[in-house]
Amino acid sequence: MLSNSPALPPLIYLLTGIFIPLAAWKWKKLSFWLALGATSAATFFSFFNLSQALSQGSVSYRFGGWIPPIGIEYVLDPLSGFVTSVINFIAFVVIIYAYRSVAQEIREFRWTPFYALVMLFLSGANGIIMTGDFFNLYVFLEIGSLSLYGLIALGDKKSPVAAFRYLIMGTVGGGFYLLGVGFTYLVTGSLNMGDVHHILFNLSPSPPLIVAMTLMLIGLGIKMAVFPLHGWLPDAYTHAPSAVSAIMAPIGTKIGAYAIARIFFFIFGVKLITQVIPAAQVLSWLSAIGIVYGSIMAMAQNEIKRMLAYSSIAQVGYIGLGLGLVSPYGFIGALLHILNHGLMKACLFLVAGNFRLKLGHSRIDRLDDSLRQSMPWSSAAFTVAALAMIGVPPTVGFFSKWYLALGTIETKNWLFLAVILISSLLNAVYFFRVIERMYFPSQKLTKASKNSFNEPKMGKREVSFSLLLPTLILALALVVVGFLNTWIVKTILMKALPAGL
Amino acid sequence: MSSWSTYQSWIPLLAILVSLAAVPLIILSSRRPNLREFWTIGAGVGKFALVFSLLPPLFQHRLAVLNLGEIVTGVPFALKADAVGVFFALIASFLWILTSFYSIGYVRGLSEHKQTRYFAYFAVCLSSTIGIAFSANLATFIIFYEILTIATYPLVIHKETEEAIRAGRKYLAYTLTAGVFLIAAATWTYLLTGSLDFIPGGLLQNTPLASQTAVTLFVLFMFGVGVKAAIMPLHSWLPTAMAAPTPVSALLHAVAVVKSGVFGVIRVSEFTFGPQLLKDYHLDSILLVGASATIILASFLALKEDNLKRRLAYSTVAHLSYIVLGVGLVSSAALLGGMLHLAFHATMKITLFFCAGAIYVHLHKEKVSELDGIGQAMPWTMGAFAVGSLGLVGLPPVNGWLSKWCLGWGSVTAERPLFLIVLILSGLLNAAYFFPIVYRAFFRPAKEKYSGEASPLMVVPLVITAGLSIFFGIFPDVGFKLFQLAKEAAILLFGGLR
Amino acid sequence: MIEFFLGHYAYWFVLILLVIGLYGMIIKHNLVKKVIGLSIFQVAIILFFIASSTKWEATVPVLANHHEKIQAAAYINPLPHTLMLTAIVVGVATSGVSFALLILTYRRYKTLNETELLKRMSEEDAE
Repeated sequence: MLSNSPALPPLIYLLTGIFIPLAAWKWKKLSFWLALGATSAATFFSFFNLSQALSQGSVSYRFGGWIPPIGIEYVLDPLSGFVTSVINFIAFVVIIYAYRSVAQEIREFRWTPFYALVMLFLSGANGIIMTGDFFNLYVFLEIGSLSLYGLIALGDKKSPVAAFRYLIMGTVGGGFYLLGVGFTYLVTGSLNMGDVHHILFNLSPSPPLIVAMTLMLIGLGIKMAVFPLHGWLPDAYTHAPSAVSAIMAPIGTKIGAYAIARIFFFIFGVKLITQVIPAAQVLSWLSAIGIVYGSIMAMAQNEIKRMLAYSSIAQVGYIGLGLGLVSPYGFIGALLHILNHGLMKACLFLVAGNFRLKLGHSRIDRLDDSLRQSMPWSSAAFTVAALAMIGVPPTVGFFSKWYLALGTIETKNWLFLAVILISSLLNAVYFFRVIERMYFPSQKLTKASKNSFNEPKMGKREVSFSLLLPTLILALALVVVGFLNTWIVKTILMKALPAGL
Repeated sequence: MSSWSTYQSWIPLLAILVSLAAVPLIILSSRRPNLREFWTIGAGVGKFALVFSLLPPLFQHRLAVLNLGEIVTGVPFALKADAVGVFFALIASFLWILTSFYSIGYVRGLSEHKQTRYFAYFAVCLSSTIGIAFSANLATFIIFYEILTIATYPLVIHKETEEAIRAGRKYLAYTLTAGVFLIAAATWTYLLTGSLDFIPGGLLQNTPLASQTAVTLFVLFMFGVGVKAAIMPLHSWLPTAMAAPTPVSALLHAVAVVKSGVFGVIRVSEFTFGPQLLKDYHLDSILLVGASATIILASFLALKEDNLKRRLAYSTVAHLSYIVLGVGLVSSAALLGGMLHLAFHATMKITLFFCAGAIYVHLHKEKVSELDGIGQAMPWTMGAFAVGSLGLVGLPPVNGWLSKWCLGWGSVTAERPLFLIVLILSGLLNAAYFFPIVYRAFFRPAKEKYSGEASPLMVVPLVITAGLSIFFGIFPDVGFKLFQLAKEAAILLFGGLR
Repeated sequence: MIEFFLGHYAYWFVLILLVIGLYGMIIKHNLVKKVIGLSIFQVAIILFFIASSTKWEATVPVLANHHEKIQAAAYINPLPHTLMLTAIVVGVATSGVSFALLILTYRRYKTLNETELLKRMSEEDAE
């Protein structure tokens, strides 16, 4: 059993995803518990995998005993172990949240599909991270994306349109990636990542290879929502159900980032992406523009979820920028930010969900200081996460900023340093706008106009415990991980650096 | 230079944590104000006692250090109670006790809303101030510095009026931007040296630096710490932040927050760059020009300000730059003067703010032009005000004369007598904007009938601080041994006192 | 030059198909036509893989019996074909999901024309 552990997280999700509709045929409530069991098992196994990878170095798992390059291989190394641990832990926390959130937001006959689709999405995510095969990655990418389209469409009235838009862009992205795989196959004759790496080592770069890299960068860039390929993201995040936003924001784009890191830094190698084509440079420039663009757009939003969506574009930019610096500190900063941003955004989307459940909306201009009385814990969690986004120590955001700043100075990219630092100030602008609303009485609204909103308030109390617990776990994690950052960097991320940095 | 030894000690950490530990207690006892205030006072006394207990070993040249593992790779989360740090911590923690008593009188006198929040964040602020004082390296310093930034925000906007919220925004805009500069400068320093420790004589002194790099780095640092130190043109948040309740202005905007900025200037100039580099790259002239311009300009701005608290704020801006001037002169006597001014300005300015608050609570007067004749009604308050004014002008026996004397002596030994003129001119300007207030209060006829003094909870602390100001002017070394501490620091950094 | 074009005519054909597909997805206002564009796009990719494995005068890589001599050069590369089986499945699934989404959209907004849809959505916001 344990020797199969690298393959277990995706397989557990896949099997649960298939089993949930069967089981729920008779027992509707069972789907949640199955999903919870699957996420906790997968979390356990990915932590176990991570510790294996750290103590024994990287492990190659062969499906059906076929030796790669013929068979499909799963690669467990500190990088993949780290990212699976992160996403499975966040998924586990969000699934707890989903129990009540889904019950209130989604109609009953869609509960079972919801959990089944979440399982398939997570299966795709884990598969993308673990796999060592180009085509296998494509298949998992599509499994994850197709279930995500379905999940988004469970949201509000506009959600099918948002999901359709994402479907078009996402499929084009997948298609570009697949074309890139085709060109790589033409050049190397192999689909196994490790094998391709070895073959490319002795091969001088040729035009098809450059085309392959460009296509893959575009394809995965769409998945990662790098500026200007982010068009699908704001609508999808805004209109999806709260639980879906909270699971998609930390995981969805990070997988794209991971795939780019894995394929470009580990397979194609640092030399190819800096000297043959300026892939790293392009990535970092686009990310830098995305950071500024996302932050500015976020300031203009009046809906918390939409603001968070634009903020995600900016934050994904941090990751892209860190990768594109091609320096050890930049890479560490990017990887650490995968974890940090995952925790922050999950927490923020959960709070946005809490607001929607209790207030019936999450519009900034309608928030008022009654929140600090009625929902003190949610407001506090929001504040902690906002401070983390701004980068106030000792929360995680400060340390992302620290390592990314080290990376930019290390490579003498002063402009990028400015972008990272300015962006944290822009974060302060749009988060303090919400915090001011939540905590201080509005001066402009007189009593009369306040009453005129006349919206249905579903009680003035804090959300129930099962919604609050995940929110607070994530808020707490923001501080705890902040203190643990050196340990994470030293024991995990330092071992996850690609060769040649 | 005599040798220094270090010893492991948890006392610096405890001194930081004691007020943080009071926060949950304060929140839990929000319904019982007396118990709540007991926690505040208790934490204040405990904090002061802990800091004070660090003094005897320090004079035996033994430094308390604590290393709590790495906070970012390569840089430990480390505390060190050296002479400069203990000096600052002593003042801040001692004045916190007095401010707490005064705060009780103030918030109850005005029956302020959200008193629990007020006391809780005050405790957090003090924790981070002591953390700043005891930080052994830049990373630790930045962490506490940023926490202080955020923890002060709820106090600035305490009134929750439109004006207060706008002041809060301005405050955050300035200080968060400063924090960002500080991070850039610190990470750069780390890449240059592989360390961020505060080392007497300068962390960067053995690193080969291009002149341009040194200047850019120094300017980045100065933007980082200069905002809280209110060096012009980075000062304008401070007068705006006077929208805060008066005890906040008194302790945070005259002692803890702004002095943290000045303390940062000392740490960066003397411990990161070091006196030698300051001279070699002419970085001292950046400090000198900035400080002198601030001293003169802020004094003029104070002259034409009618709001009493804002006038005090501009005066604070000017006096903070005295300390910066003391650093910029790069001489041991000037540094001694600067450090003494850090302490003495605190006692004097806190007296003045306490007076302003007492007048506001008791008579609801905020403007200088309304103060005619209140001296007869509030003799203690206005007497204390007169003492503080005399001190800030620089007249003996109030302690301000001593620090100014040392600064002047420093500018002579540094062979820069020009700055002596700045000091004298500024003294005259101080007289020009403080004495009319005292004159009005005592010698102009009252326009309306005033009744008696403010609550003793407010009057007693302000009389104590005024008394302290005189006491330190005559016996600077009795009690806290402030003079000796500052001397130790100056000797440590310059190898002797000249 | 001409040889370069003629020698790769299958790829040029694929490229044209790709462009047609992208054109459909970007320019067309009818959402169903966008799905058609998407399918064309996916088919082009499939054809690309198939074209890359084609070989003149080669046969399927199936051994008639165990005694037959294995001649790698005489077989068409089977791998791209098998990959494309999966890709076709993905394509079918994508079309299925997209039509499901369109049905939902049509039920809610009674139109599949993009401009009209956007108009109705913003009208709804205004209410």
